[in-house]
Amino acid sequence: MELSLATRVVAAHTVLEVGGEVDVYTAPKLRERIAELLDSGVTAVVVDLGRVEFMDSTGLGVLVGGLRKARTAGATFGVVCARDSLLKIFRITALDQVLPLFPSVDAATAG
Amino acid sequence: MATVRLEFTPEPAHVRTARLVGVAVARRAGVPDDQLDEVRLAIGEACARAVARHHRVGMRSAVSVAFTDGDRFVVQVWDHADDDAPIEDEEQITFDVSASLLQGIVKDLQVRPLESGPGSEVQMVWPVRRASRLGR
Repeated sequence: MELSLATRVVAAHTVLEVGGEVDVYTAPKLRERIAELLDSGVTAVVVDLGRVEFMDSTGLGVLVGGLRKARTAGATFGVVCARDSLLKIFRITALDQVLPLFPSVDAATAG
Repeated sequence: MATVRLEFTPEPAHVRTARLVGVAVARRAGVPDDQLDEVRLAIGEACARAVARHHRVGMRSAVSVAFTDGDRFVVQVWDHADDDAPIEDEEQITFDVSASLLQGIVKDLQVRPLESGPGSEVQMVWPVRRASRLGR
């Protein structure tokens, strides 16, 4: 399945809804979209992986890159992920200790 | 024992093809269903690694993959790139994360330089359930 990207605003956060497969082929599109949001002055980004069916290390690298870019820009950056198969790769790579992970958009946009 | 071989120019789009073919062969070989997600991820990581290594040195020649369906399911991925190429920041993150993933999800994993010429081989092995092998 191709990558799908859509944005919406929830409680002053820009939520980037990601669907499909985030892999070595599609991850550059996600990287570009995150960069566009931060370059446009968005100060709170939430990447919602709720409809992601597959993610590889390229996708994980893009998320880490997004976190770094957000910090440089003075923005907040969160990732919504509740799917066990994805949570497993965050744990294996210890990126669950690096990326702010939330179980839901509500949790990511609260406070 | 049956082997399916793929050769593809180092384009990221072809990594998905390799994943799809690899999982189909793994299923037929009798890899348990609950391991197929890991097989798919591992094949993608190994192929993406090979593609990235070729890209880094501007190499357009094909990377090669073999899926062998025997007493075990064996995946081999070969690249032909030199190891000395520079690596950029986010690419280094991805490279490190990919290595962690492969080590974390593949119990029988070997990464070694090719015996002749530049390049490397990733070999990954999974056990199979003989009773569930299809078409036999």
